Amino acid sequence: MSAPTATTQRHRKFQWPLLFILAGFWVLFWGSVTPGTVVSGLAVALFVVMVYPLPPIVFDGTIHPVGMLRLIGRFLTDLVVASIQVAGMVLRKEHPTSAVIQVDLRSQSDLYMTLTGELLTLVPGSLVVEARRSTRTLFMHVIGIRDEADAERFRQAALDQERRVVFALGSQAELAAYREREEGERR
Amino acid sequence: MTWPVIADIITSVCVLTGALLSLIAAVGLLRFPDLLTRMHAGTKPQVLGLLLILVGVGVQFGGPDHIGMLFAVAMFQLLTAPISAHMVGRAAYLYRHVHEEYLVIDELMPVMGDGAE
Repeated sequence: MSAPTATTQRHRKFQWPLLFILAGFWVLFWGSVTPGTVVSGLAVALFVVMVYPLPPIVFDGTIHPVGMLRLIGRFLTDLVVASIQVAGMVLRKEHPTSAVIQVDLRSQSDLYMTLTGELLTLVPGSLVVEARRSTRTLFMHVIGIRDEADAERFRQAALDQERRVVFALGSQAELAAYREREEGERR
Repeated sequence: MTWPVIADIITSVCVLTGALLSLIAAVGLLRFPDLLTRMHAGTKPQVLGLLLILVGVGVQFGGPDHIGMLFAVAMFQLLTAPISAHMVGRAAYLYRHVHEEYLVIDELMPVMGDGAE
């Protein structure tokens, strides 16, 4: 908010990838690839991209198959385990306590920050209350936290989630920068 | 056992488990004390619940165009559910719709004023 010019500049660039992604989804929803669905999909996508401009997604990494499989596999396991845990909390007699926990991420990318936040929010029991782009900080509301030890365990789990995202998509430079941050924190 | 029978069994298990998770989400919505904890109950077990129901439907219908559509539904749900959870959760937090006695740690309140981007 402090620098409106920078924000508008980031918004101004036309986003071709988003156009095709949106049109692709439109065709998927219609369930068949015909000239009609493709053309109408492109028209709707063009409207959305022009009327609701968003900052471009900066991505210069590659998809690492092993890292990607690990990310998806671990996410699905987390989803099942956490769903059962939250279901347990719902059915138990006493109300669970919760906490708002600060997580300082290590990567320096909007995309990885967004993906980490999305994945953490999708897994039951935690959701992003506040995100700060300038310091790469997520504030998460987490259910079932009783004390500082629980909070620390969650913080570690959140950083592990970010690590899996970076190692699934990061470029060599990003991976190196990430490892350096990690080493620096350990010292 | 032939494929239709196996498909029926997979579908029954998936759809019933999915429905159960959605039911538990509804119970949580009624039982939990404040908006933020209700968000957890309301938005989450239902994510897995919906995915299971979609798998159940996919097994019955098969075919690339059905699978494509189910995949699109799943992706949209996965992309949009966190956004709405975040927006509602953020508003609830900022307006202090929080039961303090259930919030054991709060690391955001002390730094609320500074660096808002």
